[in-house]
Amino acid sequence: MSQTPKQPPSVQANPWQKLRRYTDARIALGRVGDSLPTQAHLEFQLAHARARDAVHLPLDYQLLKRQLDGFGLSSLLLHSQAKDRATYLQRPDLGRLLDDSSLQQLQTYQAGHKFGYDVAIVITEGLSSLAIETNACKLLEVLLPALDNSKLSLAPLSIVTQGRVAVADAIGQSLNAKLVLILVGERPGLSSPDSMGAYLTFQPEVGTPDSKRNCLSNIREGGLSPQEATKRLLYLIQQALGRGYTGVDLKDETEVEGGQLGQNFLLPSSK
Amino acid sequence: MAQFGTTLGYQRYHFDNLATLLAKASPLRSGDQLAGIAATSMQERVAAQLTLADLPLKTFLQQPVIPYESDEVSRLIIDSHDASAFAPISHLTVGDFRNWLLQYETDSATLAAVAAGITPEMAAAVSKIMRIQDLILVASKCEVVSRFRNTIGLKGTMSTRLQPNHPTDDPAGVAASVLDGLLYGNGDAVIGINPATDNLQAVTGLMNMLDDVIQHYQIPTQSCVLTHVTTHIEAISRGAPVDLVFQSIAGTEKANDGFGVSLAILDEAWDAAKSLKRGSIGNNCMYFETGQGSALSANAHFGVDQQTCEARAYAVARRYQPLLVNTVVGFIGPEYLYDGKQIIRAGLEDHFCGKLLGLPMGCDICYTNHAEADQDDMDMLLTQLAAAGVNFIMGIPGSDDIMLNYQTTSFHDARYARQLLGLSAAPEFERWLSELQITDQAGRLMITDQLPPAFSQQLRSELESS
Repeated sequence: MSQTPKQPPSVQANPWQKLRRYTDARIALGRVGDSLPTQAHLEFQLAHARARDAVHLPLDYQLLKRQLDGFGLSSLLLHSQAKDRATYLQRPDLGRLLDDSSLQQLQTYQAGHKFGYDVAIVITEGLSSLAIETNACKLLEVLLPALDNSKLSLAPLSIVTQGRVAVADAIGQSLNAKLVLILVGERPGLSSPDSMGAYLTFQPEVGTPDSKRNCLSNIREGGLSPQEATKRLLYLIQQALGRGYTGVDLKDETEVEGGQLGQNFLLPSSK
Repeated sequence: MAQFGTTLGYQRYHFDNLATLLAKASPLRSGDQLAGIAATSMQERVAAQLTLADLPLKTFLQQPVIPYESDEVSRLIIDSHDASAFAPISHLTVGDFRNWLLQYETDSATLAAVAAGITPEMAAAVSKIMRIQDLILVASKCEVVSRFRNTIGLKGTMSTRLQPNHPTDDPAGVAASVLDGLLYGNGDAVIGINPATDNLQAVTGLMNMLDDVIQHYQIPTQSCVLTHVTTHIEAISRGAPVDLVFQSIAGTEKANDGFGVSLAILDEAWDAAKSLKRGSIGNNCMYFETGQGSALSANAHFGVDQQTCEARAYAVARRYQPLLVNTVVGFIGPEYLYDGKQIIRAGLEDHFCGKLLGLPMGCDICYTNHAEADQDDMDMLLTQLAAAGVNFIMGIPGSDDIMLNYQTTSFHDARYARQLLGLSAAPEFERWLSELQITDQAGRLMITDQLPPAFSQQLRSELESS
């Protein structure tokens, strides 16, 4: 028998681990042969387990409503036709439709307010309640004053339970809004279970195709900041109202802000 | 009066039209159930499959599943059908066609010769009566090769799209993932980034960045920023370095309208891309993505099952002689493909149908966190697709797309499949990996504690300890 001490199998680390300061991507994981080392493999399994659990975490609608009331706008609590999470996940068609009592609620509201609005804002948890809890109010804190400065009239805020993007169409239509903006929790990623999306639709009506919308995604800490999202949304809103459309024909041509983490270090700096 | 039917024991099964027959014959998936067109019992499904097996292939030329008059994809399928290529199989039923595909005599050359005679509906129909092993075996006999700056799809190769997505398109963040991928031997199909927005300035910035990297390191590959086709046209008109023009496509005119495209718009984009002549060894310059369920999600399926709709998207792709066609199989979510079993079958069907129709098929082997699937399911699909000769898969750091929030195959996964089955990257890219001392003569990764010389000087200051 050999007396040499037993060595652990050699995991080859990668000499570019320092680049992780530029990205949350799982770079420089190292390898055993061609495969993932045990530690990196199990870290992934944990992240997946967390994201799976996040999909089923319920949103506290009453808390959100109280927070929105703090903005001094009235808010409506509405429901899609997807009654629970399981239905929501398997029936996107139901998540796009409001239930009867919600339609009634909107009609009753609008009956008392005969005029229309420039913009209606809708909030729904989508696939991540965490996204809305973390980001919706932060964005509105910046966006609402900006809309106000631009002299745009705002419909009451609508919260929809178990909603999909297209649920905003019926709301915008009922409230007689020129444009509807929906904030929705995006599908939770392993490293970003809290990412929020924002979709804009001009002249919303039930059945509007997705190509008639503009989208901003990744609104979250570490993604698009509330300030940058507001800047882009304001540009798109003003363009949409001016031109009379949203969708693939409306290009986001705002100047890209600086403040990026860094330059492309793969090239000499003269590039 | 039902047009199609069969009797099993004492039970008579009727199918009103071809679309219904195809839908009922389709292996179970949640999207067809959502659409209300799936078979309602397992026996009804097999009854439909038996009926389908007796159907002459010619029927699909006589009865479009969506009317010729109302759908430009139907018109494309019928008008571009090559009758002389079809001649050798024109006498077959769907069931005979399966047997014909599996016989020894039907080899790569035979399959290439009939490809233009096969319609999407014929491919979809035969796939519905094939097992997984049939889908793998027949696809593995097809060889579809495409070229831009390298050769993709040769037997014995499996390429990867290096997908360096970053939530804010930060240049350093993108560069970090590009480097990681290259040093793991990935990126020969394309270095292709999904931008966080369609913002024209951001998109052209990324186009320039990827082009600069490819030129500086003389990488035999191509770049793509996966933005809308009209944004590509705009970028080209402003002089941006566009290698591949990208677009998501679907199998009906209305679903494509939902994506904001038509054949006319795609024609315009193809012309614009071809005119740049940026390919060094070929001019396959389109990159399409597809996926079962896209037509239904746009409410544009017209009672046609999602797998047949998907195959019809390949007729759209085929018009443009693409470099890459990628079925993004598990991205759409559990309402269309519920779990690992459904995702795996769909990925293999798509790859088979695409290859049979003569397309350079790859697959984004993927799932979302709200689907009933995990890494084990993806390993099964990856292994089976690699055995089936898939042209390319995705490569991403640690399987985690931090921008699109889903999981696809990692740089390591691609290396696993190559190691297991003795596959290599595209030959030009494989040589580059060797020249840059990323891999050794045996194709194994050789980087240990130092970066290869081509990168070490440039990255010295980035990697110095602070």
